Amino acid sequence: MRVLWLQSAGCGGCTQSLLCSEPRPLFDELRDAGITLVWHPALALESGDQALQILEDCASGARDFDVLCIEGAMLRGPHGTGKFHLMAGNGRPMTEWVQRLSARARWVFAIGSCSAFGGLSASTPGNPLQATGLQYEIADFGGLLGEEFVSRGGLPVVNIAGCPVHPGWVVDTLEKLALEGLQVGDLDELGRPLLYADQLVHHGCPRNEYYEFKASAKKHSDMGCLMENLGCKGTQAHADCNLRPWNGNGSCLRGGFACITCVEPGFESPGHPFQETRKLAGIPIGLPADMPKAWFVALAALSKSATPKRVRTNSMADHTVVRPAVKKAEK
Amino acid sequence: MRRVVLGPFNRVEGDLEITLDVEDGQVRSARVSSPLFRGFEQLLVGRAPQDALVIVPRICGICSVAQSAAAAMALSQLAGVEMPHNAVLSSQLIQATENLADHLTHFYLFFMPDFTRANYADRHWYAVVEKRFAAGRGTAASAALHARGNFLKLMGFLAGRWPHTLALQHGGSTKAMTAAERVRILALLREFRAFLETTMLGDTLENVGELTSEVSLRAWAAGRAGDFPCFLNLAFDLGLENIGHATDRFLSYGAYGLYGAGIWQVGQGVAAMEVNLITEDVHSAWLLGDRPLQPALGATVVDADKAGAYTWCKAPRYALKAAETGALARQMVAGQPLLDDLVSRHGGSVTARMVARMMELACVVPAMERWVTGIILGEAFFLASDLPDSGQGVGLVEAARGGLGHWLSVKDGHIDRYQIIAPTTWNFSPRDSEQQPGPLETALVGLPVGDSALPTLQHVVRSFDPCMVCTVH
Repeated sequence: MRVLWLQSAGCGGCTQSLLCSEPRPLFDELRDAGITLVWHPALALESGDQALQILEDCASGARDFDVLCIEGAMLRGPHGTGKFHLMAGNGRPMTEWVQRLSARARWVFAIGSCSAFGGLSASTPGNPLQATGLQYEIADFGGLLGEEFVSRGGLPVVNIAGCPVHPGWVVDTLEKLALEGLQVGDLDELGRPLLYADQLVHHGCPRNEYYEFKASAKKHSDMGCLMENLGCKGTQAHADCNLRPWNGNGSCLRGGFACITCVEPGFESPGHPFQETRKLAGIPIGLPADMPKAWFVALAALSKSATPKRVRTNSMADHTVVRPAVKKAEK
Repeated sequence: MRRVVLGPFNRVEGDLEITLDVEDGQVRSARVSSPLFRGFEQLLVGRAPQDALVIVPRICGICSVAQSAAAAMALSQLAGVEMPHNAVLSSQLIQATENLADHLTHFYLFFMPDFTRANYADRHWYAVVEKRFAAGRGTAASAALHARGNFLKLMGFLAGRWPHTLALQHGGSTKAMTAAERVRILALLREFRAFLETTMLGDTLENVGELTSEVSLRAWAAGRAGDFPCFLNLAFDLGLENIGHATDRFLSYGAYGLYGAGIWQVGQGVAAMEVNLITEDVHSAWLLGDRPLQPALGATVVDADKAGAYTWCKAPRYALKAAETGALARQMVAGQPLLDDLVSRHGGSVTARMVARMMELACVVPAMERWVTGIILGEAFFLASDLPDSGQGVGLVEAARGGLGHWLSVKDGHIDRYQIIAPTTWNFSPRDSEQQPGPLETALVGLPVGDSALPTLQHVVRSFDPCMVCTVH
């Protein structure tokens, strides 16, 4: 399976994250799964005219390829010209290249939340960059390629959202496609692969005991739950970050900071400071997915009143102050 | 005279186009263009000040933590808070991990594959280098990615993940270290040291750190197994110590408490770095403005049809002069003897820039081992502080590829102005209003161009380890 990769208005962080793929080094992992890179801006040898020739051959149909991976938002500005990102050495807008190549690709993957939904580039008030994702402009279906777009393989754009993506989300989606194909039923309502988006960041959160008892962190570095005060939206974010750890043993929650729902469209402009929880009458406005408000309020009140001293004390410390009791063996 | 446009320039971070005026097969003048605009400075205006910690890392996926650290420093200054001891060490560890991982990525994935081009097929080292460094299939890439990936597991413990962490805050770090994590972190550092010593450098880090002259470097590299000695031997064969000479004015903001801040100039040595001598000029950029401005007063306003402009990159200047930043600048300002000797003999060069990165790998890893054991378990990693409604802050840090500055101004509880000068903005800057070229524009003059020319120009461009996505924030 041949993969062509291009970058536009993004930070390159999805590629940098992808290079952290483990346990096997990325190149070995992909090669042995039968996946090859036709060209990649950070990894290929070919530069300048040679690179342009590869892209032109792919766009004209002279050279076959399977998956088009696009990293970074699409910039249509200023004034619809696309001049905010011209292909180096060629002078044509990147948006035009992406449209031509998308028409040829068997499958089109948006790599990261920028190419999926427009990212930070689309989040300046008034969107002066006229930035968009491939098939979504923030949460609105359409984007650069339009609502009608279906790639030759029969799918809309596959949105491997995340800021950045977890390397496993990309590798597993590519390998699933190579192994048994991808169907519409393998994607959620926003085009995200279910192999990571049918979970919530909350699942496997190491702070689950603090969540259960609503024992909340008051300041950064506290071990308590980050939902009540510090802006955590892990109960609403569709990803498996705490089941599929990052960089060995990490995740945002394990690192001590809030999930800012970087896999969701519009996470960039939440309408409140990212690391503060917006509340109404003391209750967080953003409730856990699928949970009616009355239940949450009742449960929170009950669990707060039943919080063990250990959990309450440790929730406001950066290391374990009160250890779990050790039960003496019965004779 | 003919005009040649080179692009897309791959194996750099982001988008780069270079226009050359060529005569008799040589570059007469060069114009370096960043053909992508990103607009982060506008995006920050109006946000809560602490939102910068979410937004600025996303300027760059390869200098993500450096961007975090600069913002945290600017916010700390605004709040008037200092990090506790443990957070200083943790922050140094996080920044060093990103920077050293970058050096590895640069060497193995971005820089070395150019020596596998067919132009070099007649060199005695070609067969070995082609097998080891060919893009995507060389034997070195797997080993390097494995080492990089495991080294970046430090981030899993210290910062949750990489790139794009929120662990660095004004007042410290969100993540305290446990006793078990300290043991794991030291084990990961030992694993990285083993890779460097056995695979990349072919000697102990301490021995490499003690090299003090070009003569000793040549003797050390000759016949030595290891990927970096392999590079040195081919570099001396190609004379890359004489190639890529730029301004020889080196700027560093200082890093990790190991390397000081300063400006190094030929004949003058190191002088103190004065922040108020930094200005940005938009003469050749598609941006509005008529005179150089200090970043604390700067603006970024698009003028897409501006006559004579050729890039989205501003031209930062120190005392109105172009300056180079990066690992070589850090080492020159720190007075490192080997780099000082290389530069005094030949000026800044492709070889010197690569040796400076190697020197940092050799010297910073032992320092990281000391920082980890210097952390006092059980003591604070974070001090809470309130941000004032109005005020200013400046954050100056060193990313892998050089000095990164953030200038923050807050009014009525919101960001009023946020200006960023990234390392490659210095190195790949365009001509200013005095027609003074940027460092890369200078370094390209005189290089061979044409179908039969060696890819020397590729080496010079990549010797700076450019990050274009930062450049055009």
